[in-house]
Amino acid sequence: MNIAVVVRQVPDLVEPLEIDASGTALDMDEVEFLINETDDHALEQALLLKESGGGSVTVVAIDFGEVDDVLYTAAAKGADRIVKIPYDDEDCPPRPTEAAAMIAEAVKDIKDIDAELVLVGSSAHDELEGVLAPLLAIKLELPYLGVIRGVKPGEGGQVTAFKEFPGAAMAQMNVKLPAVLGILAADQPPRYVPVSRIRAAMKSTEFEEKETAAAETETGVTVLRMYHPEPSERAEMLTGSEDDVAARLAEILKEKGVIQ
Amino acid sequence: MSAQDILVLAEVNQDAVADITFELLGGARQLAGATGGQVVAVLLGHGVAKHAETLSAADRIIVIDQEQLAAFSPTPYLAVLESLVGSEGPRVVLAGSTTIGLDVAPMLGAKLNAPVVNACQQVAVEGDVLKITAAICGGKVLADLEVSASPAVLLMLPGSFRPSEDKGAATVETLPSPVELQPGAVTFEKMILPAAGDVDITQQDVLVAVGRGIQQEDNMEVAEELAESLGGELAASRPIIDQGWLPTTRQVGKSGMVVKPKCFIALGVSGAPEHVEGMKDSELIIAVNTDPGAPIFDVADYGVVADLLDVVPALTEAIK
Repeated sequence: MNIAVVVRQVPDLVEPLEIDASGTALDMDEVEFLINETDDHALEQALLLKESGGGSVTVVAIDFGEVDDVLYTAAAKGADRIVKIPYDDEDCPPRPTEAAAMIAEAVKDIKDIDAELVLVGSSAHDELEGVLAPLLAIKLELPYLGVIRGVKPGEGGQVTAFKEFPGAAMAQMNVKLPAVLGILAADQPPRYVPVSRIRAAMKSTEFEEKETAAAETETGVTVLRMYHPEPSERAEMLTGSEDDVAARLAEILKEKGVIQ
Repeated sequence: MSAQDILVLAEVNQDAVADITFELLGGARQLAGATGGQVVAVLLGHGVAKHAETLSAADRIIVIDQEQLAAFSPTPYLAVLESLVGSEGPRVVLAGSTTIGLDVAPMLGAKLNAPVVNACQQVAVEGDVLKITAAICGGKVLADLEVSASPAVLLMLPGSFRPSEDKGAATVETLPSPVELQPGAVTFEKMILPAAGDVDITQQDVLVAVGRGIQQEDNMEVAEELAESLGGELAASRPIIDQGWLPTTRQVGKSGMVVKPKCFIALGVSGAPEHVEGMKDSELIIAVNTDPGAPIFDVADYGVVADLLDVVPALTEAIK
């Protein structure tokens, strides 16, 4: 099965997030980037499908942030081809609608891929004006199913996808290919790849560049302001040494009748 | 429908109306109060008409009961909604940020060339514009937005509105599908329910929940020992489940379980809205996180800014 996988970078939430001078966007100069977690799972799912049934994995990314790091890692993990879409704006990541148009054009246009399955993370924590995965399906005019935990190869041009529902339930769905699937989690956690393999991939991997036509950026949504939520006063913060805090917590648990 | 109506995409999961549907109806009532329009609930499925009476906060309840809609699949749902929303043109479409909403709402917006806003927390009508606050980056950043085009398709985070106590006219209209529904490329096979045998975390008095801050699988032991000392059980936020460190039956939040234990201890859990939805009603919430800005402290009763690997062993010791 030939699979195209879309990967993006998102701000690392462990690091502080600053708002830029305009007051309407994150300050991308201050952001630490990492791969969007669900895209990482989409890549893993693609590699697992290839390993079980053959075919190829082509990784497609818009050139924003430090995406090369992600792409070399993908190559080191076993991606066959890497396609990078040039993007000029260093301050503002493409909006989901814009990204969907660019990626759809690239996926349609990349010769020989003949992707039967397009996998993309089902969401990203910085998506505001829409959600990339289903919008990509619309642009590619392909069926879509998202919020998926695991994909198994099936018979006769189909795959079986497991869609998450509340209460730890999962719907087993048959998907006729070609289709776009929004992945929440792969069948296995994303594999670890040693730094030495990534370094080797940096030397041996060539990115294919695919220019796309300028996409529509108008979303009908105007951002007036971005800001950090007011710190809540609800939690009473306990301070002191570890032992002090532990002793106070033990007292609280006793007062509330959690322990005797 | 009129151009001032507020349309709510109702959801039924395992033969019960989802909680978020009642919240959306509550929000829709407020918005309709400001626009002067009606609240219209749309309920798609097969054998779902019996649920219509529970949606009485709506003025109109449109039920489309068709065999092809019996189980969720994005294509037929989208076809029906596109036709319904496209022909009648409400001011706002409210969908939950759920496994169904996330599949359908963005595509509905794209099909109708309507603005779509993800992760909405607050919505108000001011004249011709909608003022929206959305929470991105796991709730660490808020964005105030303005939308003037109609309809606007909004994906609402759970907990954004209170369920409505007001009733609407609640007229039920059972209509045939406005479009002919063909079997699509995506078909439902079966629902897989969590295997019995594991602990039911919804029935526990004490839960110790671990999040990304636990860092490594080896560190799970620290949380496990605390849970044991409290006679409780381990639970987790989604990243831990995705890593395979705990089974899905232990997941708290949107896609997992909704829990209300006597005591919920969140270790290295940032408190993304999807997680908070599943634990905010716990009686006592204690959170330990290295990030003083972590949203989990907004719902916790007591908070500690520290590395859980330092505090938790000391706490386990203190309890013993």
